[in-house]
Parts: sequence; C-alpha cells; structure tokens
Amino acid sequence: MNNSVTHTARLLGAALRALLLLTLVTGVIYPLALTGIAQGLFHDQANGSQITADGKVVGSSLIGQQGYSLDYFQPRPANGLGTNSVNTQYKLLLSGATNLSADNEKLIKSVEAAKARVVRENSTADYKVRPSQVPADAVTSSASGLDPDISPQYAELQVHRVAERNGLPVATVEKLVEDHTQGRTLGFMGEPRVNVLELNIALRELAARS
Amino acid sequence: MGPVLAGVLQLVALIAALALAHVPLGTYMAKVYSSDRHWRVERWIYRGIGADPDTEMRWPAYLRGLLAFSFVGVLFLYLLQRLQGVLPGSLGFSSIEPAQAFNTAVSFVTNTNWQSYYGEQAMGHVVQTGGLAVQNFVSAAVGMAVAVALVRGFARSRSGELGNFWSDLVRGVTRILLPGAAIAAVVLVACGVIQNFSGIHEVGQFMGGSQQWNGGAVASQEAIKELGTNGGGYFNANSAHPFENPTPFTNLFEIFLLLVIPFSLTRTFGVMVGSVRQGYAILATMATLWVGFVALMMWTEFAHHEGALQIAGGAMEGKEVRFGVGSSSIFAVSTTLTSTGAVDSFHSSFTGLGGGITLLGMMLGEIAPGGTGSGLYGMLVMAVIAVFIAGLMVGRTPEYLGKKIGTREIKLAACYLLITPALVLVFTAASMALPTPPHSMLNPGAHGFSEVLYAFTSASNNNGSAFAGLNANTDWYNTTTGLAMLLGRFLPMVFVLALAGSLAEQTPVPATAGTLRTEKPLFTGLLVGAILIITGLTYFPALALGPLAEGLAA
Repeated sequence: MNNSVTHTARLLGAALRALLLLTLVTGVIYPLALTGIAQGLFHDQANGSQITADGKVVGSSLIGQQGYSLDYFQPRPANGLGTNSVNTQYKLLLSGATNLSADNEKLIKSVEAAKARVVRENSTADYKVRPSQVPADAVTSSASGLDPDISPQYAELQVHRVAERNGLPVATVEKLVEDHTQGRTLGFMGEPRVNVLELNIALRELAARS
Repeated sequence: MGPVLAGVLQLVALIAALALAHVPLGTYMAKVYSSDRHWRVERWIYRGIGADPDTEMRWPAYLRGLLAFSFVGVLFLYLLQRLQGVLPGSLGFSSIEPAQAFNTAVSFVTNTNWQSYYGEQAMGHVVQTGGLAVQNFVSAAVGMAVAVALVRGFARSRSGELGNFWSDLVRGVTRILLPGAAIAAVVLVACGVIQNFSGIHEVGQFMGGSQQWNGGAVASQEAIKELGTNGGGYFNANSAHPFENPTPFTNLFEIFLLLVIPFSLTRTFGVMVGSVRQGYAILATMATLWVGFVALMMWTEFAHHEGALQIAGGAMEGKEVRFGVGSSSIFAVSTTLTSTGAVDSFHSSFTGLGGGITLLGMMLGEIAPGGTGSGLYGMLVMAVIAVFIAGLMVGRTPEYLGKKIGTREIKLAACYLLITPALVLVFTAASMALPTPPHSMLNPGAHGFSEVLYAFTSASNNNGSAFAGLNANTDWYNTTTGLAMLLGRFLPMVFVLALAGSLAEQTPVPATAGTLRTEKPLFTGLLVGAILIITGLTYFPALALGPLAEGLAA
C-alpha cells in the first residue's frame, strides 16, 4: 500500500514537471517568439489590419460594422452578435451567429422582414427592386456577425439608392463597386465579395470631392 | 464559374495538397517515433521530468504515465481558470466559475475543446496562451502517442513493449507539432490573423463612436488549434471570426492543417508495420468516407429546399460571404470527421440533412480521417472488427497484420466500440427525460432534440463543435458533457493500449492462401461497409428523431 502511494506520488511529480516544461516551450517561448516575428514582419496584420481615413482609425478592414446610415452601403444583418455579459467593465464586440434552424418561425419571419426592407430601402423613383433580385447574404446573418463583406449582387442592388442620396451619377457608383469587387482567390477559392468599410470610405471621399 | 464548380475545385485542390504532403510527413513521423537519437533540448526536458526516455514500457506503465499527465493537466488548467482574477496579464477578467472551469479544463485536456464560455470576454491572455493553447499541443501529442503505441503493438512480437510514453509525448511536441504550428502561424499572420499582447483595442468606427475588441496571441493558437485537431476558438465565432480566418485562402489552409496529420499517420502506420500498402488501404477507407460526406454536404447545402433558406434564396444563414456555401461545406465535414470541432460556419443553421451529416460524421467515431492519433487508432480498431466479421463469414480465426484476433482482442475492440454510443445515448436520453435540461434548447421541435444529441455526440467523441443555440453553460451540461468528454477520451484509450499490449505479446502467424488480404481494395470496401453498418445500427433511431425528421419534413 505504502509502496504504491509513493509510486503514484512520484509519477504525478514527473507528470507535473513534464507539464510545466512543455508549458514553458509551447505556452511561453512559442507564442512570444511568434509575436516577435509577427510584430516585426507583419505589423499591420498582427494588430488587426486597421484602416485610417482622414487621419483617423475608422475600424479594421476585417471586422464588419453595423449602423451605417442609408447614405452608405449596408452590411449583412448581424442578429447573432452577443452582449458583453461577464467582465462588464468592457464593452467588447462579441462575435456570434443566430444558430436558428431553417424551420424556425423566428428565422423565417426575420428573413421575410429583411427581404421586404431591402426591397423598400433600395427602390428609388426610377428603379424598382424585385424580391427575386435580393441575394441570400442580404437577408441572413453571418457566422461571426462581423462579416466584413457583402456579395457583389447585394452591392449592385444598393447602387441606385446610394447614388441618389449622395447626388452622384449611377454609373460612377457602379464603377466604384466594380473597383472594390474582389474575385475568387486564384479564380476558385471562396466567393466574390465587396468589403463594405473600404467601399464606404471610397464613397465618402468621392462624394466629398464632387 | 459557378459556386458549385468553385466548391468542387477547392475540394480537388485540397486533395492534391494532402496527397503531396502525406508521404513525406508520414514517413518523417515514422522516423520521429522510431529514432533512437534524442535532441539536446529533449534531453533537458527528460532530465527535468526525471524519466529515462529509453526505458521500454508495457501497456499498464504506458497508460499510467498517460493518465498521470492528463490528470495533472486537468488540475493545472482548472486552477489557472479559478485563479484568473488574481493572475497578472489577464486584462482584469474575473475567475471562471467552478462548473465551467471543470468543463473547460476537461475539454482542452481531452482534445475536445467544447466551449461553454465566450472566448473574447471570459479568457485573458494567460489562460488562453499559457493554459488552453498548451493543452492544444500536448493533448494532440498524447493522441498520437496512443496511436503509435497501437502501431507498435502490430509491429512488435513476443515482447509486449509499446515504447516510452514520455519520449513519445515530448517528440510529438518538439519534432512534429511545434515546427508545424510555427510555420502555419506565420502564414496565418501574413494573411491577417492577429498576434499581439496588447489587450483590449478601442478602435474608431466609420459612423463615429468606437468599438472594442480583444487582442491576443491568436495566430499561434489558431495554428495548433487546427494542426492538433483541437478546435477551441480564441473567439466565440471560432474560425468564422475574421481575426481567426480572414480570407478564402486561410480557410482552405486551415482545413488542410486539420486534415494533414490524421491522413499522414496512415503512412506512418504503413512504414512502421513494414508495408506501406497496408497504410494505403486505411487511407483509402478514410478518403472514401471523407469525399463521400463532402459530396453529400455540398448537395444538400446548395439545394437548400427548406424554410428560411428557401425564402432567402441560399443557405447563407450562419455562413460568411468570403467562404460561401462550397468551402463552408468542406470545412463542416472535415471538422466533424476529424475530432477538431472548429467551425467556419454555424452547423445549427445548416439544412436539416446538412446538420445530420455533421452529426453522423462524429458518430462514425471520428475516424475518417479522425483526430491526431485518435483517428488512426479508432480506424485500426474498426479494421480489427472488420477482419473479425470477415473471419466469421468464412469460418476462420481472423488475423490482421500477422496477429491473431482472438477472444481477448475482440473483447477489447468491442468494449472500445460500445463506450461512446453508450455515453451519447444515455446522456441524451437523461437530458430529455429530466424536467430542466430541455430548457436550454434554442430551437423548437426536432431541431431542439438535435441540439442536445449534438452536444453529447460532440462531447463523447471529443469533437467540440456544437449546435450552438443550446445554452450549455448550466451546471447540468457543464457536468455531464465534462464527464462524457473524460470517459469518451480515456476509457477508449485504456482498451486501445490493452489491445496493443496483447498484440505485442503475440508471435506472428505466417500469411497463407486463406489469409484475408488487408491491403487490397476488397478490404477497404469491407471496412467502409462495416463502419457504416455499425454506426447506422447504433444511431439510426436517434438520427430519425432529430435531423432526419427535420430534413425530410422540408
């Protein structure tokens, strides 16, 4: 009995030393060395790909924002974002999805409402949006709630509204969207997309100049 | 080019990359676990541990080392979370409550990475980097060690010796996971994954005001999270968060990372048992299931004939524009057929059948290709079962790789096979029968049941993904999923190591004309069939109540 207790204690001691040594290697040296490399070689990316406009930081090109006025291109819905519920001394952006299932009435209603709103908001005096034109990304919440992109179809759909509200020719805004449309990487990876923040920054500059 | 074709091309690119990588990596890993040379840094570590890395262990000793190391790991990670409130470098975050800290500690030590906490608002730099990410490395190395021990059981004779646990553990980290993760992390940072220790960032917004986000050592953790098939995200949205997975390329790269070791281990197996063709037969089995599941997933996700998705005109709820339906489908299948559980899209909002495919992937036992190590040993246990079934059909004593599959071996394999389904079905049934646990469901009807079934399937198989609408941060779910993860990880390991010990003691029998040729396509077909039939018989009633009911109603 006594023998097996000392044996177990010795084994646990060895296990603890193994854990502490491997923690030193993988939990201290590795992340610190990588942070050094990252901060040295890829400073912008390592700190969140922040974008400045007029000398001020206006966000990250990777993190989608909510709350654009209708003068600007609208992002995807983000109904799954969380609210900071622990450590409330901060107001952290909490990523998340709705997790609603396709047959959930709540999701069906929210998609229908979003579709009606997209049609209503983007129809102008001489441009009527048909419901069948509205792409799926315009009426569904993304996985992170922070999707920085919209599909080129959704951007295209907003062109008339944005042009009218900013007093710009439709063709000019169309060109702007085209310039900000990213195709698939190497022609086959992912899906074509438009970064909403970058597009809106360019739009604001354009509107200010004209 | 349409999205379907683009999706198929991404799958083809992934297959090509894996095909290129698996031979050199698999051969390298075989050398790592066979070499009798120690690196200098490894010698320092062995001296620190006080272990002789050259002592051969029989299975009980190997198991004791493994259990002691994992037990200490749970305790350490539990204490780290409980003390977060007073640890420096924790952004002033408070300590984690006991039930959640237990659940999380078990989750990361068992390579599950089920998360009932909200990463960005709950875990500070020290717990994430010095606790959770460390277990990402070592839990993966433990899985590989067990797989290698089983392979040695087939390769060795008349000794019962399975190698040295400490040496296998340390080498897995220093020679495989650490170099791999370091390279991968640099690639990820270059593409936009963040890597800093500057805490909370307060950043201006376009329309005025500001937003706060949490910084951190994300790239270094993301790399090992995928490479070690762990899956625990730094952020709540996991690999859907743009700071974890910013571009279509990083998405494919992360899928590659989580598949590359499990697939390559089949080569390691082939080299170590002295017949690479045996490795190819196992690889072919894994690849058949994986490609088949991806094809099914793409079919149902692109078809999207269901409720809200039909109205929206595409299955984009819970998916990111930059990935789209195609590469989200590949990710979802790959993460549930391995033990990863990272997600780049939220499975709960997939079509009913799509959600069912993710569930079924885990229910197969995560063997196609499975987790780092756990995939290979799970698949080899299935191979033992398949050989046994074939033996019954022709009335011969079955043998695999020259080892007799006798009463003892088949009992151990059968015990291995029964544990996980028992955990999944009993805990799910208990949760449905008790009055309060069903309150955690977000969605009504069949999908609500699927949420609970998914939780226990994910926990017991050490996957970690979720139908995340379920509120799992209750005492009931924190405790029961914690138990499911513990038992679902370590009981199977006990049986695998006992099986390995039993095989290593045998004298090999020479192959005769009557021996089942386990390196041939016929055996691959038999193995795929056995896996699907056994899983189907076990889980069909449960699947019928959840995803099948939902998918067929649409």
